[in-house]
Amino acid sequence: MQTFSFDPVELPPAAAELRREVREFLAEHNAARKPLDRAQSWSGSDPDFSRKMGERGWIGMVWPKKYGGHERTSFERYVMLEEMLVAGAPVGAHWIADRQSGPLLLNFGTEEQRQKYLPPVTRGEMFYCIGMSEPDSGSDLASVRTRATKVDGGYRINGSKIWTSGAHTAHVMIALLRTRNNPDNRHDGLTQFLIDLREADGTDLKEKNGITVRPIISMLGEHHFNEVIFEDAFVPDSAVVGTEHGGWAQVMAELAFERSGPERYLSSIQLVLEMIRALAASPTPQGHAAVGRLVAHLATLRQMSVSVAGKLNAGEDPALEGSIVKDLGAVFEQEIPTIAQQVFDLEPKLGEGSDLEQVMGFLIQNSVSYSLRGGTREILRGIIARGLGLR
Amino acid sequence: MLADTVNRLFEDLMTTELLIAAEQGEWPAALWHAVEENGLTMPLVSEAHGGVGCGWLDARVVLHGAGRYSAPIPLAETILASWLLDRAGIEPPHGPMSIAGGSDGAPLRLTREPDGWRVDGECPRVPWGGQVDHVVVVAPAEGAVRVGLVAKGEFNITSSQNMAREPRDTLRFDNAPVNVAGTIDNLPADAVTLFGALIRTAQIGGALERALHESVLYANDRVQFGKPIGKFQAVQQNLAQLADEVAAVGAAGSSACAAVDLALQSGVLDDAWFRIAAGKARAGEAAGKAASIAHQAHGAFGFTYEHILHFSTRRLWSWRAEYGTGERWAEALGRRVVEIGADNLWEVMTAND
Ligand SMILES: Cc1cc2nc3c(=O)[nH]c(=O)nc-3n(C[C@H](O)[C@H](O)[C@H](O)COP(=O)(O)OP(=O)(O)OC[C@H]3O[C@@H](n4cnc5c(N)ncnc54)[C@H](O)[C@@H]3O)c2cc1C
Repeated sequence: MQTFSFDPVELPPAAAELRREVREFLAEHNAARKPLDRAQSWSGSDPDFSRKMGERGWIGMVWPKKYGGHERTSFERYVMLEEMLVAGAPVGAHWIADRQSGPLLLNFGTEEQRQKYLPPVTRGEMFYCIGMSEPDSGSDLASVRTRATKVDGGYRINGSKIWTSGAHTAHVMIALLRTRNNPDNRHDGLTQFLIDLREADGTDLKEKNGITVRPIISMLGEHHFNEVIFEDAFVPDSAVVGTEHGGWAQVMAELAFERSGPERYLSSIQLVLEMIRALAASPTPQGHAAVGRLVAHLATLRQMSVSVAGKLNAGEDPALEGSIVKDLGAVFEQEIPTIAQQVFDLEPKLGEGSDLEQVMGFLIQNSVSYSLRGGTREILRGIIARGLGLR
Repeated sequence: MLADTVNRLFEDLMTTELLIAAEQGEWPAALWHAVEENGLTMPLVSEAHGGVGCGWLDARVVLHGAGRYSAPIPLAETILASWLLDRAGIEPPHGPMSIAGGSDGAPLRLTREPDGWRVDGECPRVPWGGQVDHVVVVAPAEGAVRVGLVAKGEFNITSSQNMAREPRDTLRFDNAPVNVAGTIDNLPADAVTLFGALIRTAQIGGALERALHESVLYANDRVQFGKPIGKFQAVQQNLAQLADEVAAVGAAGSSACAAVDLALQSGVLDDAWFRIAAGKARAGEAAGKAASIAHQAHGAFGFTYEHILHFSTRRLWSWRAEYGTGERWAEALGRRVVEIGADNLWEVMTAND
């Protein structure tokens, strides 16, 4: 049995100063945002806000300076992020690039790719989307079929991606595509590609390249994710990220890295805050007990998540710990709306009612997705079971 | 290295026979002797008083070990008692100790007589109250919360036990002589409950780890339908959730201990209250969930007295109730959070960075 540990870590002194700066920034640029909008958490997107964050040096914070980064510690990034998320700031536009795609390019990209695709991200001007899932490939990601066929000077892409968050606004997609079939090993023959969707100035590149983005409306009536169809779309050889046919290992590393950040337990924080506000107005022992229990979970999850950040910072590989944080975090985020309903005996509302009722109405629905995105609960628990030596 | 000492010692000495004998009332003298010899009873005592001079974060390793191995001795209580004495300026005596603060709404009473201090009152469910050499009492007197040392023989004992058959005795003090020294800055009047909750949280973390360990061993060993039951996805998913709970309580316990260490530096013990409350609330919830999963995985074998699982799970059920149930701590924490206010929550959440 692999053991796991979550030792307390001390944040560097610079973190406290940064926290103060972020709070000042939020007081200026986020104060007017309504609770319901704040509840969007990292799905809330505002390119202007992203640009302002870029100006402050809060995108690509830990990346090398030569790519527009700021070489700050991952603890500082953690502090900045948690302040943004607790405030419900609209960090969604640059979210994927900052968290997932940038680190991928730093790990596996060519010098040329880094020069071209990282600096605009740090300015809050270039947004990414991730094309992994397909209609027939969800949890079983290795079964993806969308194909990139080698042609002169590059590849032709055919097939479709689905659930692609932000594909309608993104400038770039990082796609996982099949480049060859190996009957003995389906993990072999997958390759990651950088696909341009839009120029920096917003000019569309999809239409003339056989790429169609179709909105998929969520059950909340919102448009966040899409279906993306490729018909003979062309990408040059220079679009390959990392090793041709070796994309699987890269993707696994990428996903493991994104399992334990503050976004993994803060998605429903706005409802906790609304519950506290409501209890201040009319306190009940039952309400106190419910909020106290949630805050006990919150404090514990933060401790675990910061501890994993410490391990990542020290170059360790806390894959098991990260999965545990994500599993516990999603359960926590999901149970909050139901607890709020029990405590306050209210009907969840949409488009009318108090902040509490509306945030509750939004999160009851939206939180369904928190244990699906980024690896389902069952898949995560399978990873944990493997860590325990059961598989 | 403290962890190594703890694990080696308990690995060598903690047998099922010893646990059974202890449940029948036998004092495990050899185990106690070994624990004391190795300095495990005084991790928090200053070197000037013959201790090790560590902080709570280090002491947690011992508390966790005591929980993991179900050690049927008042080790956690002695660690807490000797810490209180040391802080109050009394050199802790050798031998097992326990702690007593009174009962809900009726703290013990300390009075100063011409020839020294006296203590009066009753305290239910004092761990090993009838077996220890000394009891450390905490009570308000003359405008401060004071710590005193009472020797065995100075109080009346009514024996009782918890569900894990650990002694939980009612002690009655009638004008009992007590050695009271200095005061501890900002020591709260309910210090026994507060720090009692802290030691139980750390012990629960250990007992949970053991329940997980036993469950994984069992699931890999027990064969049904032609394969180890651990190969069934339903069993895996349950044990993953058990691991989640173990991880959470481990983190909550270290966080609470680290908070006490920080609070001791800043001199404001109240700063640690938040983390201790959160820790006991989290541990109390985990204890029930984890015990249920562990027993489910063990089938009927885990329901027998012969199997060792119940030594851990009965402790989990008892400890989650001792020094405040998780529900009670959650309510207190919730009240505090509402006082703090939504806009300041994150300030408090990050105060110990
Ligand atoms: C809001 C949202 C945003 C998303 N954004 C993106 C994005 O930007 N890019 C992208 O590529 N994808 C995105 N996804 C897709 C996401 O990664 C998938 O939903 C996820 O991988 C699960 O796939 P699926 O939905 O097809 O479910 P399935 O894999 O079909 O699973 C359905 C159910 O079966 C269970 N199941 C499946 N296999 C097993 C197994 N082996 N053992 C036990 N249970 C199993 C699952 O746990 C789940 O409960 C997004 C999803 C959501 C909800």
